[in-house]
Amino acid sequence: MRVKPALLTMAHRLAILAYIAFALFPLFWLLKVAVTPNDLLYSEGIRLWPSRASLEHFDFVLRHSAFPVFFRNSLIVSGSTAVVVTILASLSGYALSRFRFRGKYWLVTLMLLTQMFPLVMLVAPIFKILSPLGLTNSLTGLVIVYTAFNVPFATFLMQSFFDGIPRDLEEAAMIDGATQFVAFRQIILPLTLPGIAATLGFVFTAAWSELLFSLMLISGNEQATFPVGLLSFVSKFSVDFGQMMAAGVLALIPACLFFLLIQRYLVQGLTAGAVKG
Amino acid sequence: MDYAVRPGLPAVRPPLMKRIADASAPYLYTAPALILIVTVMLVPLVLGVSYAFRDVQLLNPFSGAFIGLDHFRALSQDEAFFRSLRNTLWWTGASVLLQFAFGLVLALLLDKPFRGRAIAQALVFLPWAVPSFLAGLNWAWLFNPVVGPLPHWLYALGIMSQPANILSDPQLAMWGPIVANIWWGIPFFAITLLAALQAIPRDLYEAASIDGAGAFQRFLSITLPFLAPTIAITILLRTVWISNFADLIIVMTNGGPADRTQIVASYIFTQAFKRLDFGYASAVALVLLALLLAYSLLIVILRQWLLSKD
Repeated sequence: MRVKPALLTMAHRLAILAYIAFALFPLFWLLKVAVTPNDLLYSEGIRLWPSRASLEHFDFVLRHSAFPVFFRNSLIVSGSTAVVVTILASLSGYALSRFRFRGKYWLVTLMLLTQMFPLVMLVAPIFKILSPLGLTNSLTGLVIVYTAFNVPFATFLMQSFFDGIPRDLEEAAMIDGATQFVAFRQIILPLTLPGIAATLGFVFTAAWSELLFSLMLISGNEQATFPVGLLSFVSKFSVDFGQMMAAGVLALIPACLFFLLIQRYLVQGLTAGAVKG
Repeated sequence: MDYAVRPGLPAVRPPLMKRIADASAPYLYTAPALILIVTVMLVPLVLGVSYAFRDVQLLNPFSGAFIGLDHFRALSQDEAFFRSLRNTLWWTGASVLLQFAFGLVLALLLDKPFRGRAIAQALVFLPWAVPSFLAGLNWAWLFNPVVGPLPHWLYALGIMSQPANILSDPQLAMWGPIVANIWWGIPFFAITLLAALQAIPRDLYEAASIDGAGAFQRFLSITLPFLAPTIAITILLRTVWISNFADLIIVMTNGGPADRTQIVASYIFTQAFKRLDFGYASAVALVLLALLLAYSLLIVILRQWLLSKD
């Protein structure tokens, strides 16, 4: 009778290990090829770790390619999007959490609908609208588009954080003569700091990953974001696997950092934007 | 508007300016977000619908004329479009079902407390944070016999007759993006289901085991009924999301070989991005939107029907 629970525990740990291996293996392989020197890449084929590791690909990518520019562009776009979205979503999330007003139902419905319909539909019309405004091939254009796409989800996320803060706090402040906006800014916002950080992280990750609109709206190397740069690199130099994967590892770094930051809020975030990825 | 909820203070009416300010407050808070959504999403949506009935080609300055239903007539003859419809069903069905199955098992595994659970959880959820374009490239490389191990392993196991790239095999190519999608999407299901699992009152399980219910019985009569609403909602929403999710396909196969992995969403993108035929792309998009609306409507009706049955 004692053997069975022990076996079950073993099976449980093995299953967990199998999942971890499946989750990490592709990323491990990315890193492995990135540190494999070119002369060993083909001769050592599918060995799990090269007999000699080197950082030459990283060195090349950082010094002799346009990837630092792509990286910087992506940082600018994702960072600005995250900041602007978080400001707008704090305001609208607060309104949804604290006020009852006419049209609220329609606003929520509109925001939910934007999470449901295929964004790929908007690729052509958005290009047509932004082009005469000089906002194609521009980072500003991307920030505007990404901000709009992420505001609804971030609003629901911020609303869930505001809902967790008791109303008495700002009511007390308002009895003391503060306006609601002052109470919001000076009392409620500081209490929501973890929520603000989580929203920043979610939006940053989403903007960092966006592919279709950056492909459509950006054409030159100057303004290319990381996905655009990496894909054009892949189609042009598809033989240099080491360099591509080194670039891939670099693209992974910010995503992983933000993942660590928002890990604790994953459940809240995913339920707020249940339809988003 | 605030005064209606506080009937205790009717005597002192605040000055007019303050009342106006209070009444407009919620609109001021929501206006920036609303304006942005309307201009960047709603206006292009309407414009896109109009393109479906016009001849809009980016490189042709004389295009733009109203052409009625011509695009839809062309669409009804378009073999590639019908293939992409079938592919969409296949892509969505396989991805959602497998993501859900693996996600559910993972959530059940993580529901039991054990040493190192926090770390294990962080590691298995990591793929969720990997940008989709990188997930696509990463798996494309894994399937590539030059640098990836998968073809060699499949060959060693006797599943493949030679280490070839399944992404260039018309019969198998769709499995490439599907596998990548499963890898990428398991965390989403696992996280949502885990949250639902942890909301189940623990004493229910204790009571059931005192009554002599085995582990499997407890799963069937406690866990599943409690999870059912979450499962239903996540699967339904995820179906819509995945049928629109073209990133992995565009990165890994670009719809090829011979359109075998083209789904409707990637077909729309290809029409707009490669052929710059915005009119036709919008017509296809309109059909996709109609299909998704029909699907959502079906769900709403199904829900009503289920609710009325209880």
